[in-house]
Amino acid sequence: METFIVNELVRELANKHGRTRESLLPILQDLVVQNRYLTSQDMVDVARELDISAADVFGTATFYSFLDTEVRGKYVIRICKTISCAMKGKNDILNTIEDTLKIRVGETTSDKKFTLLETNCIGWCHKAPAMLINDTPYIDLTTERVTEILRGYMKK
Amino acid sequence: MKEKYIRRVDLIFEKVNCREIMEKIMGMEPDAICQEVLDSDLKGRGGAGFPTGMKWRFASKEKDPVKYIVCNADEGEPGTFKDRQILDEVPGKVFCGMAVAARAVGSKSGYLYLRGEYRFLIPKLKTALDEFHRIADEFNLNFRIQIRLGSGAYICGEESALFESIEGKRGEPRNKPPYPTSEGLFNRPTAINNVETLVHSVMIMKYGAARFKELGTKDSRGSKVFSISGDTPKPGIYELELGMSVYEFVEEFGDGDTKAVQVGGAAGFCVPRKRFEETIIGFEGVPTGGSMKLFNSTRSMYNVLHNYLDFFTEESCGQCTPCRVGCQQLLMGIEAVKRGEKNSRYLEELLKLAKTMKIASKCGLGQSVGNAFGSIVENFREEIIY
Repeated sequence: METFIVNELVRELANKHGRTRESLLPILQDLVVQNRYLTSQDMVDVARELDISAADVFGTATFYSFLDTEVRGKYVIRICKTISCAMKGKNDILNTIEDTLKIRVGETTSDKKFTLLETNCIGWCHKAPAMLINDTPYIDLTTERVTEILRGYMKK
Repeated sequence: MKEKYIRRVDLIFEKVNCREIMEKIMGMEPDAICQEVLDSDLKGRGGAGFPTGMKWRFASKEKDPVKYIVCNADEGEPGTFKDRQILDEVPGKVFCGMAVAARAVGSKSGYLYLRGEYRFLIPKLKTALDEFHRIADEFNLNFRIQIRLGSGAYICGEESALFESIEGKRGEPRNKPPYPTSEGLFNRPTAINNVETLVHSVMIMKYGAARFKELGTKDSRGSKVFSISGDTPKPGIYELELGMSVYEFVEEFGDGDTKAVQVGGAAGFCVPRKRFEETIIGFEGVPTGGSMKLFNSTRSMYNVLHNYLDFFTEESCGQCTPCRVGCQQLLMGIEAVKRGEKNSRYLEELLKLAKTMKIASKCGLGQSVGNAFGSIVENFREEIIY
């Protein structure tokens, strides 16, 4: 008989959300809250807990842009690139972040602290440009304000 | 002085005592609730505009003992942010609206599906939900609501994709029919409504259908919460009476240099200045889920269209070919015309493709890409080419 090393977090989340297919997204979402991304092993472990195929877990996770399956930093910055933010100077904000963190869109800092991504409309068009850092929205951004926000996170 | 045409309304954000509504609905026959909402002519505020009372009645007639109420809070349409404000300011009213629907349909279980981008609202929603459950118990309404989160997929705002997502799957839309009222969530009869629609139903319960109908026009009754952004000196959220023309809207919200208004987001229509006066904002003219974006003469409509197509190319779920390939081809097509690799007649081919997508796509996403594409290309052709 095969023995597996139990992934404590996955087991805990399965206990919390249940082991039906309906529990899959809440489990994956909570894993992302904890670790910012899903490892292949996480997905295999979730599949085992829910008794479904790992391919189903992978297929579901990769459908959703917020369920990252690549390494992400502790703070995931998602800057809105949809029209209202684009019109109100999103590129200036993006350039400022890139210069400050020394990474490009899609990259993660070498200390695994920040990941910079673009995203579609996050529902703050009247206070554009806007971005999310993990779950927190930041709105009415200016180059000065975004530098200040990043400095705050760098100190954390 | 110019007359102000826009009539502001304050119903959606009005504070309401949920107990008062609960007392009322528990004293009414379920069918009477459906009838009252039907009499009000309330149409869905998410954008599609299906009569709410009819949806509820269809679901109520189903024999299945298990039925669901779903609140669609997956507000993803570019330029729409009113549901966030409603959930933030009057969350109890949204749950109360779900109770009205539950009583009308005969459902014991509800889901609120919130887009992942609004996760920061969860603590507030949970507090309001606990309070709601206490009130439901007081009135012996056997109805429980669960909150589910999306994870950044626009398509999950499409009702059947939203069901798939709650069921723990990829958010891929289903074929219709069957419609949600007969086979929705977990293949059970389901009434799915937009956040704002549910809140309107609370106000209809409070003030009656007749009062609701005093506002708006024959085809578009009542008021609507608009999300206004772009080139305007006063972006924000406004509840306005339905039935105004784009001209009246621009007089109020424009910056004096408005050349186009995109009504209904990326999936909606672009109205150029020459059509402002004749175009009514409502189901008789250009319908909208509330997104109103103003563009002034400094904006390139090519950039606007490019942004929308880039959006759709990313957000298409990819399961049906007309939408998946169509979005990509439209995007590459306008780029090729802009670069001069294709001549301007190629735009006619692209318009034909957009029409094909409208006919052949499986769901509302692919079917509506042609709205923005057609209305921008036809009205701003020179900006696309040069």
